[in-house]
Amino acid sequence: MLKRPEDLLRSTPAGLYCPPGDFYIDPIRPVQKALITHGHSDHARSGHESVMATRQTLDIMALRYGSGFAAVTQAATLGETVVNNGVSVSFHPAGHVLGSAQIAVEKDGMRIVASGDYKRSPDPTCLGFEPVACDVFITEATFALPVFRHPDSRDEIAKLLRSVEQFPERSHLVGAYALGKAQRVIRMLRDAGHDRTIYIHGALAKLCDYYQSQGIDLGDLSPATVDTDNAGDFAGAIVIGPPSAFLDRWARRFPDPVSCFASGWMRIRQRARQGGVELPIILSDHCDWDELTRTITELDPDQVWVTHGREEALVRWCELNGYKARPLHLIGYEDEGD
Amino acid sequence: MEEFAELLDRLVLTPARNGKLTLLVDYFSRTRDPDRGYALAAITGDLNIANVKPAMLRSLIAERMDEQLFGYSYDYVGDLAETISLVWAAEDAPRANAAPSLGDIVTSLIHASRSDAVRLVERWLDRLDASARYALLKLVTGGLRIGVSARLAKQALAQFGDVDVGEIEELWHGLKPPYEPLFAWLERKADKPQGLASAPFRPVMLSTPLEEPDYGKINAETYAAEWKWDGIRVQLTAEGGQRRIYSRTGDDISHAFPDVADAMSFAGTLDGELLVGRPSATGIEVGSFGDLQQRLNRKTVTAKQLESFPAFVRLYDLLFDGDEDIRALAFIERRARLETFVAGLDPARFDLSPLVPFETFDDLAELRGNPPHPIIEGLMLKRRDSAYVPGRPKGPWFKWKRDPFIIDAVLVYAQRGHGKRSSYYSDYTFAVWTGPESDPQLVPVGKAYFGFTDEELKQLDAFVRNNTTERFGPVRSVRAEPDHGLVLEVAFEGLNRSNRHKSGVAMRFPRISRLRWDKPPIEADRLETLEALLRDSETAG
Repeated sequence: MLKRPEDLLRSTPAGLYCPPGDFYIDPIRPVQKALITHGHSDHARSGHESVMATRQTLDIMALRYGSGFAAVTQAATLGETVVNNGVSVSFHPAGHVLGSAQIAVEKDGMRIVASGDYKRSPDPTCLGFEPVACDVFITEATFALPVFRHPDSRDEIAKLLRSVEQFPERSHLVGAYALGKAQRVIRMLRDAGHDRTIYIHGALAKLCDYYQSQGIDLGDLSPATVDTDNAGDFAGAIVIGPPSAFLDRWARRFPDPVSCFASGWMRIRQRARQGGVELPIILSDHCDWDELTRTITELDPDQVWVTHGREEALVRWCELNGYKARPLHLIGYEDEGD
Repeated sequence: MEEFAELLDRLVLTPARNGKLTLLVDYFSRTRDPDRGYALAAITGDLNIANVKPAMLRSLIAERMDEQLFGYSYDYVGDLAETISLVWAAEDAPRANAAPSLGDIVTSLIHASRSDAVRLVERWLDRLDASARYALLKLVTGGLRIGVSARLAKQALAQFGDVDVGEIEELWHGLKPPYEPLFAWLERKADKPQGLASAPFRPVMLSTPLEEPDYGKINAETYAAEWKWDGIRVQLTAEGGQRRIYSRTGDDISHAFPDVADAMSFAGTLDGELLVGRPSATGIEVGSFGDLQQRLNRKTVTAKQLESFPAFVRLYDLLFDGDEDIRALAFIERRARLETFVAGLDPARFDLSPLVPFETFDDLAELRGNPPHPIIEGLMLKRRDSAYVPGRPKGPWFKWKRDPFIIDAVLVYAQRGHGKRSSYYSDYTFAVWTGPESDPQLVPVGKAYFGFTDEELKQLDAFVRNNTTERFGPVRSVRAEPDHGLVLEVAFEGLNRSNRHKSGVAMRFPRISRLRWDKPPIEADRLETLEALLRDSETAG
């Protein structure tokens, strides 16, 4: 019998480890058996012997690391339980990006849910978060400060479209992470009625194709390449690329661009200012403060373990609201990525 | 309030002047009265409403939120108004129709006492969204800081109504928030507001730089010469019991110069240069630009500053003699009227900018090269027959500035630019050598971000990327060693002593004049060269 939840899952230098099942969740070092919550590169690393994840996460890993990224892969079906060395494992939608899942681990009547990264706000490009009752809930804390309250994402997209109207002679360069955010921005622009060609940076091409193949219609996309004489074609256009590209020489091909960044970090004006962002679009694939606290209240677990982000504030909130909580001190996850 | 909040958010992050103008014009066209007028007043600093102290806001939030959680939040954000705007949890979800407009807020605050204001703010915070909460808190704590000058706001009004900015400046001081007659006129719904103010600003006449093709036009029969003083251009107007000192863009700066205003016991409008100096047996002895800086950009002025740095105005034109408008007269006739006019003024506060006699163009070139006083920055050449007209017509008035100072400095840091230039390292910090010859050290002396061509910018950017030694956020330090680095020829207008810079000097108007790829860094200038220049400029008067 397990005496404590730490006997079922504990943090180790390689990541979150399950001793009775002998597997890791989102390990940061190469391991024998890894269960992966979603395809972002800080969670889904290459070099593991065997990987279990949703079909879509496995596909995304293959796109990023090549088809032989692990010797053995096992596709997890959402909601289906698989037993590993007496430990039951099941995957449930996390609402973060396409293919993202929470992983529930259960043995001897104790269940821990490792939620990976998740959000509760609607996203037309992935399945919504599904609450799973548990004894211990492991939550991310990327935006775990009361200052982070993401506004309605449709209003943010409307802000972008209004700026396109205000500055028809300029191009709008939207920085958005290549997996998830970029496709969400494109899909939401389509939902808001923007049906013109959207230009994308080369780093986005494979993932956008993959999203389209999974039934997410992104409309007319075109590579944002220019010959020196057609720079004018981008006037009034929306161009989407990874944030890093906009600080690089790549961005110079566009006429007097308005630099935009779609991220939860854009809530803080100083972050926008420091990044030279002219039009912040507050759009996050992580929970904001209210979503985090609402999720804990809803699940009502015995314990909350808090990882990567601003653990101290969420732990404080748990204390004030009668939940036993502790920071997990996992390392290796970039809390910057949104 | 949402529109105003969005405008502020956009303005803060938009670096380009044209972008700001577009946003302002767009706002004026989309927003109704009186909201747009109050927004305008908030931007130009003409809104007088009860101020709420930061401590009062802190106690508001303390009633609603765990202190420790607020502490984490404030530490992270770093700005009190922004933190409160984000953490504020409304008692009920905000309802769209309950949200107050900017006009509602301002009109309530105009009549509110400070303690009432806090209660009003609390109620509004519950009804606004985060962005509007931020705008409200900035408004009531009196610190918009959005990088828009009153001048730019007036420019936007001019663009909005398709009129000359001079017309707006002339009207401005007779108008009050929320400027409904002004907007009505700009939208062609009413006539131009007339004669609302006494002692209004009259748009000033500006000069164009004298360049080589025009040298031949300059002769003693056609042009009169004066020194160009390196102070601040002011317009003094006294009529109907009103005395006003205007900057050249029409800002009323009377409150900062009570010593001059007190001496304005005349009727008329004068144009001149505000300087610092003391009366002596031979007239007023002018102080340095550094002395003048002690009096600039101050809301209030202390008795000690008035005593140590007395201001006066060196006059060069008369626009109104009593209530007679003489702007249409020829320069030389206005000049004669001015000389008579000045004779009746307090000689401790006003004197005449003398005409500089010359016969040939070569005489002028000689004078320009050797001005008799460090506060002179060149020559003004005015057509003897020119009327006083607003704006910057080419021909009647030329300015012929003395050559800038030049030093060779070494590039040490580069910072990423903004907007169009965000993919370039386009802001350059440069340094000169100091310390013993055997162990020279570089000390930064200034920063410049223009003066180079687009082609040179590409070369500079490539140099920075290829020679980076360290990165700090948007800043890179670059290799700067005696035999490896990049020498920049820097032009500047003058030097001031500075406590804020390690080098002890601050440059005025520095810009990159040439890239010296040919020069090894060790041959760049030393700090001693700048110190000597500084001493020269301080032996003024």
